[in-house]
Amino acid sequence: MNGESLWSIFVNAALVNNFVLAYFLGICPFLGVSAKLETAVRMGGAVMFVMLVSSVCAYGINLVLLAIGAPFLKLISFIVVIASTVQLVEMFIKKTSPTLFRALGIFLPLITTNCAILGLALFQTNKGYDFGQAIVYALGAGAGFALALILMAGVREKLELASMPNAVQGTAVALLVAGILSLAFMGFAGLGA
Amino acid sequence: MTETTQPARPPVWPMYRSLVGIGVLCAVLIVLVFDGTRPIIARNRAEALERAVFTVLPDATRRVTFALVDERRFEPVTNGSGSLLHAGFDADDRLVGVAVEAGGMGYADTISLLYGYSPAAETIVGMQVLTSKETPGLGDKIQTDEDFLANFAALDVKLDETGTTLRHRIETVKQGTKSEPWQIDGITGATISSEAIGDILAASSAYWVPLIRRRLEDLETGGIDAAP
Amino acid sequence: MPLPDLPPTTPTDEFVKGLWRENPVFVQVLGMCPVLAVSNSAVNALAMGLATTFVMLMSNLLVSSLRNFIPKQVRIASYILIIATFVTIVDYVIAAISLELYNALGAFISLIVVNCLILGRAEAFASKHGIGMAALDALGMGIGFTVALLCLGGVREILGSGSLFGVALFPEAFQPWVVMILPGGGFFTLAGWLLLINYLKERREAASVMLQETPE
Repeated sequence: MNGESLWSIFVNAALVNNFVLAYFLGICPFLGVSAKLETAVRMGGAVMFVMLVSSVCAYGINLVLLAIGAPFLKLISFIVVIASTVQLVEMFIKKTSPTLFRALGIFLPLITTNCAILGLALFQTNKGYDFGQAIVYALGAGAGFALALILMAGVREKLELASMPNAVQGTAVALLVAGILSLAFMGFAGLGA
Repeated sequence: MTETTQPARPPVWPMYRSLVGIGVLCAVLIVLVFDGTRPIIARNRAEALERAVFTVLPDATRRVTFALVDERRFEPVTNGSGSLLHAGFDADDRLVGVAVEAGGMGYADTISLLYGYSPAAETIVGMQVLTSKETPGLGDKIQTDEDFLANFAALDVKLDETGTTLRHRIETVKQGTKSEPWQIDGITGATISSEAIGDILAASSAYWVPLIRRRLEDLETGGIDAAP
Repeated sequence: MPLPDLPPTTPTDEFVKGLWRENPVFVQVLGMCPVLAVSNSAVNALAMGLATTFVMLMSNLLVSSLRNFIPKQVRIASYILIIATFVTIVDYVIAAISLELYNALGAFISLIVVNCLILGRAEAFASKHGIGMAALDALGMGIGFTVALLCLGGVREILGSGSLFGVALFPEAFQPWVVMILPGGGFFTLAGWLLLINYLKERREAASVMLQETPE
């Protein structure tokens, strides 16, 4: 259905159409968890992981829905299945790998209701990606999210030492930085052509 | 999501009852709305498609949609998916052209477009961008720049002697250097976007034009009794 | 429904609080994704605001009327089901009203479902209040959200396209600030509004401190 090459999908999802800076998906964690570099790195890893899981889920759900001819259940089943799968995975990680759980654990439930996850599932379905393409798309989107988050955290750590008027501090300055990052990312346009 | 992993202290029955109850209520609501809006949405989509087809085929007054069957012949369909063509007929039921959807990668995201091919003139007679996310003010000139759109009023797609390949592949050239009828005069400042349009058209026409020419009679005759 | 543990409030109060004092966008900074993504023109902003208001109103009504029926262990799951249902409905209704609008808003209609504002109102307000209050709360919050979206969408459209609701405002010579309708412009505009509001708040606080000090 969709003949895009895997490389082009990856570059487009990660850089050109970065989920945070171009599509505005996942702004809440982007502003909330970007104050420190270390948490940003972990959050980025957790998002990549959840994106991969939900991409696989969404692909399966879509096949089932198409087979039974019920496209109107797409949204409900995406959100319910993705949320429950992530919870299952969380329990599984807790049992099998405490180290990994400590690194990602607290972020997993937070991410489930992140719009980037649902957005990924909806976009890959709308674009008609096959299984391989969907996986690459999820990896690219996750990598792009992590990159944006880490860049943002780096800038904000430096900003902590800067003196600025009270009115600018907090969300306002974070948004300004995000705007500049977004402009910078526009320079990537055309890479995936 | 449900907290059923807790020890069975809280009664389970109300949970089932409420979840199933809400589920059924929601399902009924969704199905009702889906059923109610489906014909309206289908009509809206058909109207939007019709408008686009009549834009790229200026002489057409009626549209019949065909599907490519077995990769070699065309059959009229009312609502199909996959490889579709929209044949445009004038008031005397003569085939004036075929509108084809095509898509590909642009500067920012995928671009999809519709173009009209006239078998009589062996040229592309119109092009309209359906969706694009090209940069506003620069790349989106492919939708608004009148000089650029004028390229598609007559763009040569003649076949060579074998009847299977185009004599000249469509190409985009620098603004103001168009010298051959199969060239597209590009847009300075939207180089990649205008080249993307050229590439999409080149790839699509190289595939469709030979097919259309070989089975032209399917399109010419097929439309008469089939309702649009 | 008696409300023993909550301070008594007037209906007007529940309605008005969403408009300014607890404005979802400017004060609570909730539901940022749609705010930034579809505010590139005033029409899109208005449509998104109304769609969100509708979903919030309907889900608040349903959650409030079912609040004694849903056990608290499964409440979040039930709320998500209810919200997703109304979002699906809005999705089909918008497609039926205008295909153009539907294409412009794209996946962001579906993404209303993960707008934390709606789940937040269901959980924090509708599940504890009667139907009337829940409706007022949803309407107030929804209108506050819509107004905030319009503030962004209006500024971005005026500067970025030189028009408002599609009507050109400036003479031909006006060179639009294209950056405003690009993603970066969304961040900048919201940052600008937050700055303005923080500044006003600061000034008012300073003024009230002065007032308190002057009599002595």
